[in-house]
Amino acid sequence: MNATDTLVEVLRSEGPRVLATLARTVGDLAVAEDALSEATIAALDTWPKTGIPDNPRAWLAVVARRKALDLLRRESARPAKETAAFRWGTEGAPGQIEEAIEAMEPETSLRDDMLRLIFTCCHPALSREAQVALSLRTLARLEVPAIARAFLVPETTMAKRLVRARSKIATARIPYAIPSDAELPGRLAAVLTVVYLIATEAHAPTGGDAVARVDLEAEAIRLARLLAGLMPDEPETLSLLALLLLTSARTPARTDADGNPVTLPNQDRTRSNRAAIAEGSAWLSEAVDRSGGVAGPYQIQAHLAAAHSTAPSWQETDWDRIVGLYDLLGSITANPVVALNRAIAVTERDGPEAGLAALKTIVGLEYSHLWHAALADNLRRLGHTSEAAGELHTAVTQAPSEAEQRLLQDRLCAVRSELR
Amino acid sequence: MTQYVALCYYDRDQYWDSPPETEFSPQYTEFARRATKAGVMRGGEALHPVTMSTTITVSGGKGGDVLLVDGPYAEAKEVLGGYFLLEVADLDEAIAWAAQIPTAWRGKIELRPIAPVHA
Repeated sequence: MNATDTLVEVLRSEGPRVLATLARTVGDLAVAEDALSEATIAALDTWPKTGIPDNPRAWLAVVARRKALDLLRRESARPAKETAAFRWGTEGAPGQIEEAIEAMEPETSLRDDMLRLIFTCCHPALSREAQVALSLRTLARLEVPAIARAFLVPETTMAKRLVRARSKIATARIPYAIPSDAELPGRLAAVLTVVYLIATEAHAPTGGDAVARVDLEAEAIRLARLLAGLMPDEPETLSLLALLLLTSARTPARTDADGNPVTLPNQDRTRSNRAAIAEGSAWLSEAVDRSGGVAGPYQIQAHLAAAHSTAPSWQETDWDRIVGLYDLLGSITANPVVALNRAIAVTERDGPEAGLAALKTIVGLEYSHLWHAALADNLRRLGHTSEAAGELHTAVTQAPSEAEQRLLQDRLCAVRSELR
Repeated sequence: MTQYVALCYYDRDQYWDSPPETEFSPQYTEFARRATKAGVMRGGEALHPVTMSTTITVSGGKGGDVLLVDGPYAEAKEVLGGYFLLEVADLDEAIAWAAQIPTAWRGKIELRPIAPVHA
């Protein structure tokens, strides 16, 4: 690995930690971000010449702190902050790494800083869009162009979104703090939602041609791992990591050799990522142990993902268990998509008549291609071929991505050929 | 410390001065008393209905014609009916206080940080 690759890896793993502590000492996330960027540029310049330092995080922390001091000095309008921020005496000669390591915060305080950073990025006073963007930039250290590409928005739009979010944090004084015990459940749920949304975007891109964007999936898992490490006592945090790993296990089987999407019934289970299944299952049982018999929504979804990922085939899936899990999930979250997936499982367990009846009770999915496709599947199995074709036609027009459109179009052609 | 103005918005047809909203006046008084005691309240008043508003524009720059419109700047279903000026440490504290103003459950509250303007 050359210096640049190592630097990129170090920045992604250590950058958020350096930033978290710097943001607290400086009292300004935007200044801390700018300082870390400048430190990164300095590292890119220095490391190839001098070699990678023994303690890269300490190196980055020292340089970033010095850059932050410079930045605050330049902003002469903020003299009060400058004196308040620098308690560690960063005025010393450059290169005093040993001293910096001694001054570096102990692990517990670093953990608190990381939690502060996470809860600030996902503060409910920020829009969900802003929370997602900040999490990917600040916590996952993705570059702005990469985030913009992932969400199919122009780079300038994403850059503006981030600038606006950071300036709201500063201007509206969103606190750089860990929520109180009373607030924690709701605030943690918001953080998990952000990570879950990043993962969902990876599995079902809302536009474009890619079937799955593996990069976002990896980022979501990376963030979930970070959260699980920081909050190992929160069962839903562990369940989310389990869910993402178990779902990602099927990613290789989601596309065929030509890059076309393969739906769950037709996926080749031998192509599943066994390491991801094993790790996801281990996290899931850890989550079960810690949840005291009360399964949260992510735990139930992780059980569902496990049931699918460990089934040898669609036919040999434990549909009774899956229907039961969806019943449980439906009882704690009123979500029509849960009802849709339950109805699909009912079809497999009890036949198309029961499945069709279950689908018809669902309200609110009139504009979902998945609902129309499920209706079509049951109608076709019952021999109502022309009605099935009608539903598939609706599904094609409502499909959100080209890949899904193609898949449904092929199915429609197959149904139409049965009509002749 | 940061100052926030809690802007109290009401449905035009359920303004604070009309029943049953008037039943909540003691609760506003009670909130103001508590916020003052805690040293958080820096001011606040109710506003007469938007039918009492006059909107002013000076055309053609400073010293130009003063144009008046009888009514609010923007016709909207929800109208500003009053404000509280709160001084607290951060947004979380401001939210915790604002959530205790009756408008929070009778209408909507918008919290805006004050940008200090020095003379």
